Formats: sequence, C-alpha cells, structure tokens
Amino acid sequence: MEQSYLLTYLLAIPLIGSLLLIFINKEKEQLVKYFGLAVSLIAFVISLIIYFGFDNQSGDFQFVEKFNWVRGLNISYHVGVDGLSMLLILLTTFLTPLTLLSSWNGIKKRVKEFTFFMLILELGMLGVFVSLDMFLFYVFWEAMLIPMYFIIGIWGYDRRIYASIKFFIYTMAGSLLMLVAIIWLVVYSANILGGFTTNLLDLYKTGPTIDKSIQGFLFLAFALSFAIKVPIFPFHTWLPDAHVEAPTAGSVILAGVLLKMGTYGFLRFNLPLFPQASLDYAVLISVLAVIGIIYGALVAMVQTDMKKLVAYSSVSHLGFVILGIFALNQESVQGAVIQMINHGLSTGALFLLVGMIYERTHTRKISDYGGIAKIVPFFSFALLFTSLSSIGLPGLNGFIGEFLILIGAFKSTVLNSWWFTVFAATGVIFAAVYLLWMYKKVVFGEVTNHNLDSITDLNLREKLVLIPIFVFIVWIGIYPSTFLNVSSKTSEKIIKLVTSPQNQIELGKVDAPK
Amino acid sequence: MFNNIQEFYNIIPLVIIGSGIVLSVFIEIYSQKSESILPWFSILIFLSAGFYSLLTVSQQSIVLQDMLATGGRTNIFFFLFNIGAALVCLLSVDYVKKYGMNYGEYYILIQSSVLGMMFMAGAKSLFMIFLGLEIMSVCFYVLAGVNRKKEKAIEASLKYFLLGAFATGFLVYGIALIYGSAHSTSIDVITAGFPVLSTNIVFLVGILLFLIGFSFKIAAFPFHMWVPDVYQGAPTTVSGLFSTIGKAAAFSAIIATLTALFSGENQSLFLPYLSVLAVFSMLFGSIVAIAQSDIKRMLAYSSIAHAGYILIGLAAGTSTGIAGVIFYLTAYTFMNLAAFGIISIVEGENDANLSIDSYAGLGSRKPFLAALLSIVMFALAGIPPLAGFFGKYYVFIAAIKSGLTWLAIVGIISSVISVYFYLRIVVLMYFKEGEQETIPAKSFSGMLGIIISVLLVILLGIFPGTLLDLITSYL
Repeated sequence: MEQSYLLTYLLAIPLIGSLLLIFINKEKEQLVKYFGLAVSLIAFVISLIIYFGFDNQSGDFQFVEKFNWVRGLNISYHVGVDGLSMLLILLTTFLTPLTLLSSWNGIKKRVKEFTFFMLILELGMLGVFVSLDMFLFYVFWEAMLIPMYFIIGIWGYDRRIYASIKFFIYTMAGSLLMLVAIIWLVVYSANILGGFTTNLLDLYKTGPTIDKSIQGFLFLAFALSFAIKVPIFPFHTWLPDAHVEAPTAGSVILAGVLLKMGTYGFLRFNLPLFPQASLDYAVLISVLAVIGIIYGALVAMVQTDMKKLVAYSSVSHLGFVILGIFALNQESVQGAVIQMINHGLSTGALFLLVGMIYERTHTRKISDYGGIAKIVPFFSFALLFTSLSSIGLPGLNGFIGEFLILIGAFKSTVLNSWWFTVFAATGVIFAAVYLLWMYKKVVFGEVTNHNLDSITDLNLREKLVLIPIFVFIVWIGIYPSTFLNVSSKTSEKIIKLVTSPQNQIELGKVDAPK
Repeated sequence: MFNNIQEFYNIIPLVIIGSGIVLSVFIEIYSQKSESILPWFSILIFLSAGFYSLLTVSQQSIVLQDMLATGGRTNIFFFLFNIGAALVCLLSVDYVKKYGMNYGEYYILIQSSVLGMMFMAGAKSLFMIFLGLEIMSVCFYVLAGVNRKKEKAIEASLKYFLLGAFATGFLVYGIALIYGSAHSTSIDVITAGFPVLSTNIVFLVGILLFLIGFSFKIAAFPFHMWVPDVYQGAPTTVSGLFSTIGKAAAFSAIIATLTALFSGENQSLFLPYLSVLAVFSMLFGSIVAIAQSDIKRMLAYSSIAHAGYILIGLAAGTSTGIAGVIFYLTAYTFMNLAAFGIISIVEGENDANLSIDSYAGLGSRKPFLAALLSIVMFALAGIPPLAGFFGKYYVFIAAIKSGLTWLAIVGIISSVISVYFYLRIVVLMYFKEGEQETIPAKSFSGMLGIIISVLLVILLGIFPGTLLDLITSYL
C-alpha cells in the first residue's frame, strides 16, 4: 500500500503552528487569535480530507505510516486511523477552532500563550488518537497533561491552582501505573517475539496469551489510568474541580475530547490486549458505570453552580459510554462510540453556553438567574436545544447513543442481567430532571436579579460557534448512519477480538517475567 | 611507559586535561587577565578532550600497565564528564564574578576533579579507583568552600570533607579486604575469580564496604546526610557540578569495578543492598523534598531521589540496566545543570532569591527563563517527551526484565510524589504574582549554558536512539 503522509500533516499543523506562534509579537493579540484559528481550521480541513479518503468497509487501520524512532528498543513513529479514531479525530479538530473562537473575548491575559497551549493540546490529543505504538501513545498521553495544566492554572478561576495540581497528579498517578504495565507487556512480548517491540499490532497478538491471573493485573493497571481519565466512579473527584475552575475553552476541550481519551483507551487497549481479563472484569466495571450514571445525576441535581451541574452530568453520561463498552456487543459498542461524540457536542455546547452567559453576568449561580428568556431569547433557545440534546430527546443526537447502549446492555450476554439497563435508564430520567430544572430556574420566571436587565443576546461570533455544533446534533439525531457506518467495522473487529474463542487458546507457554 | 604510539593516542583525553591543568596554573601565575582567560581556556580543554573521546570511542584498549581502560564505555563517560564540566564553566563565568570569587584555582580545581573522574571511569585497578576518587573528592572539598568569605560555604566544605573522609575510610577498608581475599587489585583478576570468591565472606564484606563508600558519593539514602547542607552552602554552580558529573563519576566507578556483579548470574548477590538503597533513596528524597523552602535544598533531595532511580538500573544487574544507568546519568546531568544554572542566574547577593517563593511571578517578568525552568522541571519529573522520562523508562525496562517489577512500582510511586514539588515551582512562576521583584542577573554565557543544556534535554528526550545505540554497542 502506498504511504500517505496525511496523518503526519495533521500532527504537524498544530506543532508548526504553535512554533511559528512563538515568533509573533504578543502585543498583536488580534493577529495571534486569527493565526490560532487559521491553524486549527487547516487541521480541520486535513482531517476532513482524511475522512473522505477513509474506507468505511475496512476495519483495519488506514493511512498507516511507520518510521523507526528508537532503533535499540524498536520504538517507531507508527500512526494510523480506524473507524474509532477517525470519529474522535474529527471531533477534536472540529471542537478546537470552535473553542478558540469562543474564547475570543473571554481570554484577556496572555493571549499568545493561551493559543500556544491550545494548539499543543490539539497536537497531544490527535497524537493519542492516531498512535499505533505503545510508547508513542504514552508520550502523547502524558505530554498532553502539560498544556491542560497550564490552561487550567493560568486562565482558570479562583481555585485554579488546587484544581490544576489535582488534575495533574491524579492523571499522572494513573498513567504511571499503566507505564509499568506497558513495560511488562513489552518485556513479555519480547520473550515471545524474540525482540523488543512496542508496536500495538504485535502486542495485540501477544497480549491475549498472557496467563489469566497476570492479565488481570495488567488490565487493572491500564483500566485505572483510563478510569481516572473518563472518569469512572469513584475516580471522578478531580473532574468537578478541573471543570469548574478551567476557563470555558478548557472545560469544552476537557469534556469534549480529553475524557474521551479514557473511553478510547478502553476500546483501543484494554479490550483487545487483555480479552480474558476484560470478560472477567466486565461486570465489575459495568456496575461502577451504572453507579456513576445514577450518582452523577443525583449530585448534578443538587448543584447550585451551573458549571458544576454540567460537570457532574458528564460523570453520568460517561457512565453510559463505559456501560456500552463493557456490554460488549455490536449495538452497545456502536452506541458507546456515538455517545462519545454526542457527549463531546452536547456537553461541549453546554459549557460554551454557560461560559457565554458568565462573560456577561460574571456569575454561574443558578439562583442569580431567572426570567432571562425575554432578555436573551437566542441564548435561551440555544440552552434549551442543547439541554434537550443532552437529555436524549428523540430526534436529537443524545437519544441515539443512549438508546443503542441500553438495548445493547439489555441483550448483552457478557453482563447477562437486565438490571443494568433498568438502573441505567433511570439516569436518562434524572438527566431530564436536573437539566430542565436548571433551565426553568435560569430562563423562566420573573426577573429577580436586575443586573440581568442589561445583558445582550449572543452576538454573531457566538452564534457561529454554536450553530455548527447544532447542525451535528440534529444530523446525528436524524441520520446517525453517516457516523455509525464509520465505526461499524471497527466495533465489530474489537468485539470479535475479545469474544472469539481463539483468544483463549494459549499460543504456547512462554516464560513470563516475574 | 608506552608499548606503542597507539597507546598514547588512546590516552590523549587524559593528556589534554593534565596538560590543561599545568597550563592553567601558568596562566594564573603570569597573566594579568587570567580571570577572563581561564574559563574559556577550560571550556576549550574540556571540549577538545570530550570530543576527542567521542571520536575515538571505538578504540578500545587497556593501557598503562593494565591500569586504565580506554575507548567504549570509558570514553562515553569521558565525553559526559567533559561536556558537563564545560557547561559548568560556562555557567560559572558570570556567577563567580558576581560573588567576587573569581579565583583562578576555581577553574583549575574543576579541571583536576574531571581528571580524577576520568581515572575512576577507566579504572582497571582498585588503586586507580582510589586515586581517581581522591583527586576528585579533594578538589570538591575545596570547591565547596571556594567562596571563602561566606560562612555557610565553609561549613559546607568542612562537612563535606569530614563525611567524605569517613566514606573514603569505608572504601579503603573494603579495598583492603578485597585485596586480602583476591590477592590482587586488578579488576580483571577479581572479575575472573568472582565465582570462587563469591563464597568468601571476607571478600563479600569487602565489596559491601566498597559499595557503602560509593553510596556516600552517589548521595543515596542513608548516606545522604551531607547532601542538602553541601548543595545549599556551596556555590550554586559547584553544587551543579557535584550533583551531576560528580554523581556520574561515582556510578562509573561502581560499574567499572563490579562488572562481574552485573553479568547476570551474580546479580542476586547484592540485590537486597542495592534495591533497599534504591527504594529508600527514591521515597525519602521525594517526600522530604516536598517540605523544602530553599530551592537548592529541594534539588538536593531530588538528587537523592534520582540516585534511587539510577540504582534501580544497577539493581537490575544486566547490561540493559547498565545502559539505563548511563543514559539516565547523561539525561540527569543536563537537566540538573540547567536547573542549577537558572538558579545561579536568579540568585542575588547574600543568598537572596534562593527561596522557592522568590520564583513567584517569574513567568510574567522573565518569560523565557521561566519557560526554560519549566521544561527542566517537567523533565526532572519525568514527563515525556523530555530526557528524564526516557531515562526512567529505560531503567524501568531493565528492572522489569530482571523480574523486579515491584521496584519499578516503587519508582513510579516516588515519581508521582516528586511531581508535586517540581510542579510547585511551575505553579509559582506562572500561576502566582510575586511580591518582591526578582531581577535575574544578566549573563550571556550563563544563558548560553542553560539553553544548550535544555536543548540537550529536549533532544535526548525526542531522539534518545542515537545515544542509546552508542551506549549499547559498547557495553
């Protein structure tokens, strides 16, 4: 197959963009903003080119590139996309320009550094999704912490320092344990394959042969790292802090893309590398997911801060994704993939809306609002639309994902109990409760806070940020096949890898490192 | 003296440094402008010796009546010592002027200590180890107190001398016992006799004492007591020297002497000692560093922790482990030199601006310097794609390969703890506004040294392959 460099271009654009940005005079804030926007739009265009060249009928990795990187350890720069990463790449390149546009006025200090970190963050996120080499993946996975840490720490709100450190240390603790597991896996595979390799495709072959008991440990080490990122209850405590303290753009990227890296990790690494352990732990993780769905929703209900409410709703929504992944059938995994995208769009939009109204009123407390429907009609409409999408109203995107996940969980042979569906479904109801309550309190009623009288409705720039998201919310709601088809073959392949019996056949006893 | 001319070619790096010392003495005596000549002359000496070593890395031989090995691993260490020393000189140019300690002997002592280090790295006899160690250590004692108008520096010097002499006592006793049981000081003879000797309790005690002696020099727990005081009291650039190539030299001596230990079958012999040392150094260093308010003390404790990570490579006891040790030492040298370099620039008169709090708001006052320090801190914390991460990755690979997964897990626990105090500096620089104005001194040469170090940290992180291939092909 001929080599295509499109993925390298995709990674190079934000990298080169951020390096060029260093040489722009920081006084020229407008230029910096336009430059950042242009770079992220170019990245979006490239990802579209990749999308149009992508073959839905193949479950294999496409646009694969491979170059030696560290010869001694056989580490290579090895990238490629399949249906799963294709969608997430599109989500990343789609959201980045929108967040840059959304923070046009919100970010007042150090605009240049902000744009720089956003571009580096985009590079890190894209790198995570395209890496087909464990080492390369880990480098991007960790390196991405740095820009996010600065974005929360410099441009965040009052408790930003606490939130940024907590975010960093939580994530780092998880990922370092994964590093040990990666090394263990690599050393083990070296014994089988007769040489070091961190090539994911080779590890896919050796991972399933690991003895059952050790596979469990490795699975847990990977799972912990991803569970913290998702976050799965009870590893979620960093999330509300980070979300609330981050600036709007940070929250959007955090909710929209970063959390997906955890769920992506489960699909890309945990399931295919440790199929036996995945089956063993599927029920445990699904139970945690369901607890997360209900817990997140209940906690969201009692929040007085809009941003915190949205943050907890993330915990709840991502519980669905995890449930879908570990129900392990075509419907549920497809539902999980589409739900990742949905959550990115809906929750991203909710954070954007909260950020937009905050810029006008400088308060996020629900009780400070009321009756703004007349003052800011477009905003009120947008908030309603986004809330309904997040709740899962049929016809909008959220419905598709949750419906598929619930069906999948219901008929799942791995979970083998319909209670999961019963409890998870209450999460949908709770979501309606907390979002509509918030909506009622913020938008309807009498205007009690007269500071609100003078606020203006969304301007053209803000509408430009929201409308593309709305288009996709409706598109996925009405015709999800466009997106489901992309990941269909990949989901099929992943499920086959986990559940096919050949994975349980030992490829031959090999001495494992202790 | 020389069997052939090739032998002479092979020891040219030593000759360069040796004659450099003599010439420096004359420059110091006869030149009026010796203060401004000597640093650059030293840098020239170091660079020529360093690059000559690198170019002749394939000329492996044993010279000077089986006393010294050249080429291969030895030359890699030569290169590291010389480049490190050249960077220290570059950082020192303005620093020593700032503190009025621009004595010629400053540079001469650095040159002499490097000569000692080179003897240690190439030693083929326990005599050479001892000789090299003493040359290096005596120079270090003096360098610690080179700022002779400062009480703290003199205290540091004295403390270092007393504890160092104590450690040497262990070492010499160990050497005596090894000689007593092996009937030779030749490392090759000892290595060859290892299978027989390893049942001899006297010999084993000798090796243990030898290791204890060097545990002082590498600043491992529980032989670390001198480290915080000395790093804090000594001039900042000198602390940089101690903590980087000084540590590397001690590790090179352990590797040179105990190759037999690291050949696989004897690995388990000192595994308990090395792994316990590693575990406690990592955890103790990382935890105590959190409580520090002085940045030099913080780096001193972090240096103890890093000694622990490097010890993991030794404990693994395989060639992978040794390669990891050498890579880690190289990475650590550049990271720490950059860190101490930045401190030396920020530092003011009378120990001003040495507290961690004085870094508050540096990000907005000196964005470039703060960016460099952030990179260094992330590298020390082991965040990819910087050199510190790859060093850790490699020693962890060695550990897991040798079945020491638990040691790697302790390593990551310690890494997570250490993230907290490294990030604290970044937090202060970027997320807080400073109360007092820290105006870093202007120093072109200092900045140059820092930038070179940081670039090396980044390059070693992104392209570790080049150095790694070099190390693994000459183990």
